[in-house]
Amino acid sequence: MTFTNSAELLSFHWVAYTIYAAMIISVVAWFGYNLTRKEAKSVFRIPFYWYMAFLVAGGVGHHIFTYNTIPWVSQDIDRQNIKADAKYEFEVENHKWIGLPKKIVVQCGQTIRFDVHSRDLVYGFGLFRQDGSMVMQMQVNPGTDVNGILDSNDILWTFNHNGSFDLTSTEYSGPKQYTEDGKDLMLVKNLVQVVGCKKGGGK
Amino acid sequence: MSFMHNLKEGTNFDHNSLNALQKVTLRSVVMAFLFYGLVALEGMIMRMVEVGKVPLNPLPGQFFHPEHFFSIMTVHPIVGIFGSTYQLVFGAFMFLVPYLTKKPLYSIKLANFVWLLITIGTALAWIAAFVWQYAPLYTLYWPLPADTHQFKVVGGIVFIIGVALIMVGTLGFIYNIYATIFARVGIHKNKTLKELLISGFGIDGMLNLVNKLRGKQPYSKEPALALPVVAIFRGTVDTFLDALVILGAGILILIYLVFDASGHALDVTAIDALLYKNFFWWGLDLVADGLVLIYVAGSWYLLAMLITGQKLFMENVARAALMLELLVSWMVWSHHLLGDQGQPEMMKLISGEMVTAFELLTQGLALFITLVTLWKARPLKMTMELKYLLGGMVGFGLAVPAAIIQADMGMNRVLHNTQWIIGAHVHIALIVGLYMTLYSAVYVLWPLVTNNTKLYSHKLSNAHFWLHLIGGIGMGAFMGMAGLDGMLRRHLYVNGQFNPDMVFAAIFGSMLLLAWALFLYNIIMSVGLKGLIGIFSPAKDPTASYGIEEELEPADDPAFANN
Repeated sequence: MTFTNSAELLSFHWVAYTIYAAMIISVVAWFGYNLTRKEAKSVFRIPFYWYMAFLVAGGVGHHIFTYNTIPWVSQDIDRQNIKADAKYEFEVENHKWIGLPKKIVVQCGQTIRFDVHSRDLVYGFGLFRQDGSMVMQMQVNPGTDVNGILDSNDILWTFNHNGSFDLTSTEYSGPKQYTEDGKDLMLVKNLVQVVGCKKGGGK
Repeated sequence: MSFMHNLKEGTNFDHNSLNALQKVTLRSVVMAFLFYGLVALEGMIMRMVEVGKVPLNPLPGQFFHPEHFFSIMTVHPIVGIFGSTYQLVFGAFMFLVPYLTKKPLYSIKLANFVWLLITIGTALAWIAAFVWQYAPLYTLYWPLPADTHQFKVVGGIVFIIGVALIMVGTLGFIYNIYATIFARVGIHKNKTLKELLISGFGIDGMLNLVNKLRGKQPYSKEPALALPVVAIFRGTVDTFLDALVILGAGILILIYLVFDASGHALDVTAIDALLYKNFFWWGLDLVADGLVLIYVAGSWYLLAMLITGQKLFMENVARAALMLELLVSWMVWSHHLLGDQGQPEMMKLISGEMVTAFELLTQGLALFITLVTLWKARPLKMTMELKYLLGGMVGFGLAVPAAIIQADMGMNRVLHNTQWIIGAHVHIALIVGLYMTLYSAVYVLWPLVTNNTKLYSHKLSNAHFWLHLIGGIGMGAFMGMAGLDGMLRRHLYVNGQFNPDMVFAAIFGSMLLLAWALFLYNIIMSVGLKGLIGIFSPAKDPTASYGIEEELEPADDPAFANN
């Protein structure tokens, strides 16, 4: 099982967490009801050490599961050693993107490196689908090295589904990101366009 | 009794019968619930903005302006966490520590300073946002708080002074609590500082466990400190460290703002933004993942013991686990920096993922111990305190796994800074988990703190419970769903882009506001307006303890026996 994009992952997460939430609310409600009954007997006994083992397995197993099913985890950790198909580097200052290409066209399955530098504040870099859902995001921290070169905030991303994605800052950088009537000045419509994928994703 | 009589006089509340400890406790509690109302109102305003400029939205146009919206977003957590939650917790603990240790509170005067400083500090921070629209958010990501192109210097200075006052008040609370715990009077007359420290850190519980495994006699059959006091002691360590970090950040910002005002602006790039983030999140996370979880575990244990009248199940394990929780809380801050590409991957992996996952263990353990203690004592009457305790456990049962899910490098890439974090995790943890636990404590302590004042209406208490529970879970759930749909948490949406999620979140949010109004009404009708005002008048009885009948003799060399 592998999630090919964030939409699949978020749908899976929605279902799994909803089931869990319904379960924990029901268990506590059932428990509360039985607390008031003299004749209530334990339906099943949960041995303490098994319960602890279950929690450890849950906490650690979750990360093992995501490492093996979400492709961008290992790619992110090892990104310095991975050669991207294309690299886009740009800056941000005073709530404006600087050096941003008009459009980035990506062929299906290509891995792109985005490298963003901030000249003043903490921003975010996030791509969004046309329905508003998030493709991915990262923080963009300002700063320079000892030679005065702007710090790098880079992310590798492999695009497996066709689509047109908008860019905006995902971190608050002050109210001047917006006009008085609430328009987002950092929103760039349809910056990234992915082409060449089959309908369900993939080449 | 008539409505007017209750409104003026309450049920049988007599503020003149309260001693100094009871009055100072109630003063903190009253301020906490007034600030809670303010924070609920602020939350509703923000929710209505995000419903968008749609027909039937009654919100005036100025709330949609970014300066106004983010000013509210900046003070919302300050008022909620410090003005309300801190005050409520501090008030309860300043009563509980003397009550549980059978010793007087170290200083009533200091306790009064604490609630006054936190109240004034919160009000100043709120004024800074309201008047000067100072809006760097509670995260204070460097260099935004010192960005005088976007914010007025005076607003920043007033805000920082406000937060500093809150932290000074917090330090006053810490001093008062430790001075009370270490006072060698009454039952602790013959205890040494070392014995109290060993008990405070839970080392006696751990040694008892080791001795049991080795088939030896327990290290301590009767630990020096009761388990809830151990939790308060332990949580207060994090409260102290957190106060130092926030004060440190405040001083840094203040220096930059003052230099800017004097016409000699300092270079903001002298401070590394990522290093600052690490420093600040280390401290701030001690609130979320430190003192809250430790205080809550201690409160659950206390409530379970008081509700059942029995000893806690696996008490030694609970004592040792609180120590583990303290250590865990110092090492988990990197889960806030999983989206920061400059953060070393090892720190993300170890601190952000693995150590953070331990919280599932420590909180799961607290849940288990509390539930088994209750189960062994059945049948129990479904009292208000029991209902709220179960509600609180549901809250953390939902919010802690949500936190573990998002503290993952894969999930965080698509959840960070979304409404999922603030809704499904933070708001459910605070509103449902923490507040329902605190309401349970309020119902348990109510007869002790008010000298058996009858509550005005049981029906209103029930209505408050259900509205708060359903409203809290419902609002958090719909915010969470909007987050999964891509809605950011620190972003302005004025066109209702995430409806109907935001409409439902607003409906459930209004249930929370209504729940608070019913609770307040119930309390006012119980204590009366005269009684409410009387709480703030000087106490005729200067006693700083509760439930101690005999005169306490201090040790020969009292460490903190002054009162």
